[in-house]
Amino acid sequence: MGLQALFFYLFSAIAIASAFMVISARNPVHSVLFLILTFFNAAGLFLLTGAEFLALILVVVYVGAVAVLFLFVVMMLDIDFAELRSGVLEYAPVGALIGFILAAELVLVLAGNAFTVEPVANPAQPIPDLNQVTNIQALGDILYTDYVHFFQAAGMILLVAMIGAIVLTLRHKESVKRQDVSQQVARSPETAIEVVDVKPGQGI
Amino acid sequence: MTFDTFITNYVWPTLIMLGQSLLLLVALLIFIAYILYADRKVWAAVQMRRGPNVVGPWGLLQSFADFFKFVFKEPIIPAGANKGVFLLAPLISVTLALAAWAVIPVNEGWAVASINVGILYVFAISSLEIYGVIMGGWASNSKYAFLGALRSAAQMVSYEVSIGFVIITVLLCVGSLNLTEIVLSQQTGLGTMLGLPNSFLDWHWLALFPMFIVFFISALAETNRPPFDLPEAESELVAGFMVEYGSTPYLLFMLGEYAAIVLMCALTTILFLGGWLPPFDVWFLNWIPGVFWFVLKVCFVFFMFSMVKAFVPRYRYDQLMRLGWKVFLPLSLAMVVIVAFVLKLTGWSA
Repeated sequence: MGLQALFFYLFSAIAIASAFMVISARNPVHSVLFLILTFFNAAGLFLLTGAEFLALILVVVYVGAVAVLFLFVVMMLDIDFAELRSGVLEYAPVGALIGFILAAELVLVLAGNAFTVEPVANPAQPIPDLNQVTNIQALGDILYTDYVHFFQAAGMILLVAMIGAIVLTLRHKESVKRQDVSQQVARSPETAIEVVDVKPGQGI
Repeated sequence: MTFDTFITNYVWPTLIMLGQSLLLLVALLIFIAYILYADRKVWAAVQMRRGPNVVGPWGLLQSFADFFKFVFKEPIIPAGANKGVFLLAPLISVTLALAAWAVIPVNEGWAVASINVGILYVFAISSLEIYGVIMGGWASNSKYAFLGALRSAAQMVSYEVSIGFVIITVLLCVGSLNLTEIVLSQQTGLGTMLGLPNSFLDWHWLALFPMFIVFFISALAETNRPPFDLPEAESELVAGFMVEYGSTPYLLFMLGEYAAIVLMCALTTILFLGGWLPPFDVWFLNWIPGVFWFVLKVCFVFFMFSMVKAFVPRYRYDQLMRLGWKVFLPLSLAMVVIVAFVLKLTGWSA
């Protein structure tokens, strides 16, 4: 148990420290890099609880794809640091208020035990024994077998959202040259070459 | 807890794992040194040159000479560069590329860590390799490096999608994410049905042939190999994201790149070419240790990688994106559905 506790404190300490650095780093690119470090340590915490699939999916999806796009956008932004810092005092009261509300809510929930859920006697979805099925089997059974219709509905909603985003941003410019691969492949010497018999002294 | 149980429970396993990791690391680095040499030799042979032939017999020690040259040079950090990130980028690139090797089984039971979600681990690590490139490109404070980094960000994310779907089709046939079980499941398959059991026809490359091709080409794009080496296209971007790097940091980038390439070759071997399994069920082929077959197959896949580098011209960027999103993605998505249907209808699945 000692080793696990050691790693738990290691991961959570780094996660908290880097989460703090996300909001305190001066350079926004450094912020995103610290955010990635936070994700990593959260994945480490998942690993410690035995949720290896969730840990790796967190790395693949958040670190490997979402954070890359963050980094991509933040790097391309032209940020004026002086202007950014001048507005800090203006927004400080609002930020402090939101922070205070959040902290108060957390204290209420954690200290008051107001939302403690009693374990149900006969749950519809008992947690399977992890010695018999792996993480992925357990998750797959729930997602793709028991609740497949909800899963499909969620997929449909995401698809509609994606199509909506594409429709809103798609602009077809007539002036832009496009490559039509099927047309290129369909070209033959007959359609591409014309043999002209040029008479001397006349030209074409 | 007494001191003795502490030793047997923690210290001893840690030492054993450390020893295994070091052994794998040394073997891998020597292998990479020679794969670099082989790459240059193959390239030279295609162009009817001799390639490296001065250092050592037949130039065999060329990679080591290059290593010492890079290490003894002065590292230069450009003015205006973000020093910390600039030096961190090559380290990340090489560490990740080597870390993925922890789960690769080179023979039955010969993996430093045989974990349940092995293939997912490799996929996660290879999706992180992009950070070395982006951070290096951004921290260099140079237009060329930055453009190279942006290109590679889009490129690697695009081809990861189709690689993910290819892996899913293989997993559908196997029923496990453990790399050792992926190899073992290739002992029976199409070859057994055709009357040649335990042969190379059993491996997934034949049953999933379109996916094999998609995976091979996506692996080229994922590792920034020619013809998809747009992040470092020397005709447009000088040397892309690593243009400001020299000496040891450059060496680390190079090492990370080749470690990632060899990793992709090993992954192709495991997923499609039957890992350490011998090509025929003959007693003297079975007698040869599995490591030999594994290394042979990795070398074969790498030979194809370097042949592609030697004679395919570089893609234009929009063609690269078109191939990834309009050809490979629909094809691999369709194959996931088709393979799932076939497995369900015929009852072949595990």
